Amino acid sequence: MEIIMSVVAGVLFAAGIYNLLQKQLLRIVIGTVILSNGAHLFILTMGKLKRGAPPVLEYGISDYADPLPQALILTSIVISFGLTSLLLVLSYRAAQENNTDNMEKLRGNHDE
Amino acid sequence: MLFAVLLPLILTLLIPFLSKVKDKVHTGIFVFFIPLGIFIFFVRFIGEGFSPELESYPWIPSLGISLDFYLDGLSLLFVLLISGIGALVTLYSIFYLHKSEKLAHFYVYLLLFMTAMLGVVLSDNVYVLYTFWELTSISSFLLIGYWNHREGSRYGAMKSMLITVFGGLSMLGAFMLLHVITGVTSVQQMIGSVDLILSSDYLPLILTLLLLGAFTKSAQFPFHIWLPDAMEAPTPVSAYLHSATMVKAGIFLVARFSPIFHGYEWFFIVVSGIGIITLCWASYMAVRQTDLKGILAFSTVSQLGMIMAMLGFGTEAAVFAAVFHILNHATFKGSLFMIAGIIDHESGTRDIRKLGGLMTLMPISATLALFASLSMAGVPLPFLNGFYSKELFFENSLHIGDTTLLIASVMKQAIPYLAVFGSIFTFVYSMYFLFGTFTGKQKLEQLPKKPHEAPIGMLIAPAILVFGVIFIGLFPNLFNETFLAHAAEAISGVKTHEHIVYWHGLKPAFYMSLIVVAFGTILYLFREKWWNIYKTIPGDLSFNRVYNRTLKGLDVYTSKLTKGYMNGSLRRYTALIISTIFIVTGLVMAGTNGFTFKTDDLAPITLPEIFVGIMVIAGAVGTILAKNNVAAIIILGVSGYGQALLFVFYRAPDLALTQLVIETITVALLLLCFHHLPQLSRRTEGTGFRLTNAVIAVGFGTLMTLIGISAHSSKWFATISDYFLETSHDLGGGDNVVNVILVDMRGLDTLFEITVLGIAAFSIYSLIKLRSKEGE
Repeated sequence: MEIIMSVVAGVLFAAGIYNLLQKQLLRIVIGTVILSNGAHLFILTMGKLKRGAPPVLEYGISDYADPLPQALILTSIVISFGLTSLLLVLSYRAAQENNTDNMEKLRGNHDE
Repeated sequence: MLFAVLLPLILTLLIPFLSKVKDKVHTGIFVFFIPLGIFIFFVRFIGEGFSPELESYPWIPSLGISLDFYLDGLSLLFVLLISGIGALVTLYSIFYLHKSEKLAHFYVYLLLFMTAMLGVVLSDNVYVLYTFWELTSISSFLLIGYWNHREGSRYGAMKSMLITVFGGLSMLGAFMLLHVITGVTSVQQMIGSVDLILSSDYLPLILTLLLLGAFTKSAQFPFHIWLPDAMEAPTPVSAYLHSATMVKAGIFLVARFSPIFHGYEWFFIVVSGIGIITLCWASYMAVRQTDLKGILAFSTVSQLGMIMAMLGFGTEAAVFAAVFHILNHATFKGSLFMIAGIIDHESGTRDIRKLGGLMTLMPISATLALFASLSMAGVPLPFLNGFYSKELFFENSLHIGDTTLLIASVMKQAIPYLAVFGSIFTFVYSMYFLFGTFTGKQKLEQLPKKPHEAPIGMLIAPAILVFGVIFIGLFPNLFNETFLAHAAEAISGVKTHEHIVYWHGLKPAFYMSLIVVAFGTILYLFREKWWNIYKTIPGDLSFNRVYNRTLKGLDVYTSKLTKGYMNGSLRRYTALIISTIFIVTGLVMAGTNGFTFKTDDLAPITLPEIFVGIMVIAGAVGTILAKNNVAAIIILGVSGYGQALLFVFYRAPDLALTQLVIETITVALLLLCFHHLPQLSRRTEGTGFRLTNAVIAVGFGTLMTLIGISAHSSKWFATISDYFLETSHDLGGGDNVVNVILVDMRGLDTLFEITVLGIAAFSIYSLIKLRSKEGE
């Protein structure tokens, strides 16, 4: 199962990167969301899947799933949400101000 | 000694306050006492019974770096030069720099330099030495660029910085190699393990790197080009840094490491070879200059070459002569620089073509210049110290030790002739400087100011130095046993008993001196005739041109290169970054056999997971295929919810809940934002565009899949998860281990996470509120 999930994560990465390379702002935002989803699955799969109970301690159970990747992913989900919303508003405003959402046209000044 | 080294630096803290009252008291007056005090502190070490002293203060013990200050004869000579000339230069600067100048800046840089230079000559630890070394480069940079509104100052400052720091870094390389080979960081201990160094395979490399440092600092051919441009600095700085002290740091370095290399014949070949070439080339070039300070700059370069050559000879007597000449050069060249500054100050120009006949107007300066110039020229008069060291130089050029290599033997034959050749031009430029300025027709109408004698205060410092010229000339042996012999001993390792005499008898060295004077006089008198040679030599051979072209070329090509890939397209940047990650990571993984594949410890495959996995994939790929934006957003949601389901399968209830909430909000936000924007651009990507994307994306995805599998298959460390499971209840007081990790065990991380979210929230708020004004 881990191998299949690695493949799923890989596909998510690929889809995320593909979107990231698009010209449209919205696609780029979508790309980052998919990319972070892929990363979450990737971290989870690097541990062991489906071993033991959920990591909530209960009397009489000694075998739990690995809590560490979960803690990492939980942090990551929240952070990537912050990132996504910031990116979203940024691209929204950029598109509004410049009247285009084509990245190739948003190239900045030549003097930089 | 630590205090003495740091004293100037400590005073810099007070300079801003002291300069507040600069209208009443010139800041230089306060500064003057610092080098004077240091001079008095160290002068007591002069004496026959002097023995080296070592003071040690721990600094970075874990790296074997400590502030070791080692005072031997060589250090003492330099310390006295630095503090003695430093005091005189400060005195001189009080009259040279007007109160309206930025005095605080000037004296801060100057004091910084004093600390740095004292550090260079006293440090025994190579890394500390290097640190101080670079500090001298930096303070020299700041001082050359002191009048930073001038184009020339900025150019000269940059040039000196680039060249000397290049040398400094090479030197650091040599130090590191020496450290690795010997295992010690102290120069004295390195000298102790000289056999290790001489038998090392890296010996040629070490010597090259070390000498690069010395040659760039001491302006040896072909790195000498920075020194003439450094003359843009205020004259006190030229007299101090670029004649008496800093440029001698390279000499110091060669002298300091002589005990290690002097048995190595290439040391003689390179050091003496470069030294003698520098002597000839620079003295020839000096005659060509029209700027008084330009003449002195090239003259300094050539004199440094001469000292370098003597150190290369390596014989006991040659080393003694080198030490003697270091002292003499500081006296006559320091005073000449100050006189050049006086002429500039009083007449408004340093152009020798406009000057002439100043003897009657500035009699005292003219007298001082007369003695100093004649001493520099090496005229055989018994009261000029320059003559003694020049004579010793000739003497020693005839008595170079035994040679085995062919090139060394050839050099041994050629050096006496080259020495005479260089000295003839030394004589010519000395006369050119002296007579061109003080005799001949007065051209007062060409001068910006009406020249008159300098104020008495300005004359004190050069007068003291010229007094030194004559005093040493009259009593050349006064400091031999007490002072110079110790310095020579520190270099050659042998106790030297030299006795300097005026009259050797009719020996070759005396004839050499006579030849120099005779030919020099002829060449000077008929200078108009052969002036034309300068038009053909050096012509295109200028090293300045090489420097300028290199710099310009670097500028042009780097900007071309950068513009080549930094074209402003975000897509291209992303593609480059991702491809780089792919290639580098892939190569490293493949090169280290990082890819592993094990199937023994896998969870069973179940149908529901497969379905959900397919759903996640379908959603992700669907976002690419969907033409419509809203459709793409909703399909994205499918993938996200699918992932929440996967979290449920994989025993992660917290993740599943969070993912559900976040996914919902994200989709809602996306819809909200882009609902209001019309679909601005139609998607018109070509096949090539999509193919590139696909190749990069699939490549990266594959790599990550392989890494994921490999990571699962290899376990290198025991997991720390068990610790969390065991202690969660007792230490964290909670049963939900994931929550305990987040809020308790890694609580600080979570705090920062909240901070990040807070910043994001603020940014979003301000982005929404921010509206550019109409018409902007």
